[in-house]
Amino acid sequence: MTDATGENPLIGRLREQFGDAIVETHAFRGDLTVVVVPERYHDAARFLRDDPECSFDFLADLTAVDRLKLKQKPRFEVVVHFYSREKNTRIRLKTRPNSDAEPSVQSLTDLYPAANWPEREVFDMFGIRFAGHPNLKRILMYEEFSGHPLRKDYPVNKRQPLIEERPVPDDRLGMTF
Amino acid sequence: MGVGGDAPGFFTSRLSDGIAWARKWSLFPYPFVTACCGMEYMSVSAAHYDLDRFGAAWPRFSPRQADMLLVVGTISQKMAPVLRRVYDQMCEPKWVVAFGVCTCTGGFYDNYATVQGIDRIIPVDLYIPGCPPRPETVLDALMKLQAKIQKQRHPLIGAVRNAGASAS
Ligand code: SF4
Repeated sequence: MTDATGENPLIGRLREQFGDAIVETHAFRGDLTVVVVPERYHDAARFLRDDPECSFDFLADLTAVDRLKLKQKPRFEVVVHFYSREKNTRIRLKTRPNSDAEPSVQSLTDLYPAANWPEREVFDMFGIRFAGHPNLKRILMYEEFSGHPLRKDYPVNKRQPLIEERPVPDDRLGMTF
Repeated sequence: MGVGGDAPGFFTSRLSDGIAWARKWSLFPYPFVTACCGMEYMSVSAAHYDLDRFGAAWPRFSPRQADMLLVVGTISQKMAPVLRRVYDQMCEPKWVVAFGVCTCTGGFYDNYATVQGIDRIIPVDLYIPGCPPRPETVLDALMKLQAKIQKQRHPLIGAVRNAGASAS
């Protein structure tokens, strides 16, 4: 589905709205990808959710890519998949945090509560921080774990310390996960 | 003729052999099943291979009633303290069987999440290689464990010790 210029109308609409903040776009048979600068990432997500033409009301997934071995700059890329229940369309929003040493982007938890755990997982596995996240701590690994295992420079057979047993978090007891 | 002494007399060694015979034919396993090896464990304990022939068919799901800890499957770093606790909860005498290559060495999970062999956490009596081990291997291992139990010294008071092991 393309308009007169050969561009997907949804991407055209985003380009109209965000202009130079859009770094890259890609569309292939309804599989849309938009890369935005990290400064406008949160705005873009809000626009995708609130704009009646878009109405991407469902955050399907949030993950990240370490592009170290691809020799691309900046190194990290946060990838978010949105779905519109109303229009039955999908879009992929990407952003590349500026700093490789301390990558950080805005958290989407205020827009989509579903972003909470995926953002914690991305923090756990890649060490990307999400500014404004209510509870940014490790979700899968334990506190004693050092490093972020899905970073491409994490040694694959690095050993971690054995840990003590600790109580299973139980929200009925007022413990947070 | 010291009961439980280091140089057992005729009577105590006969008694020890008798206890060993009773114990090796009534192993109550605690299956600590975490991964795909569990399928093979089910196959061994089901009718076709029939672990019951060796008196080891009745899984006890309380460690306090078990005397053979069968660790079946990958043990992750976060699971390790739980396994340790289960081992500690078992009453003496107890034996540990590492079932499958994951429990022996970590197997091909040479990565950030997996314990590289349960002997980093608990003492192991018997290692069963294979991914997963064939039921015949498991039966062979069980017979080896029985032979080991028969060779150990079973005093009326005190812990089971390896026969011939230095008295320390
Ligand atoms: S040894 Fe193989 S079959 Fe057994 S738990 Fe490990 S991966 Fe699964």
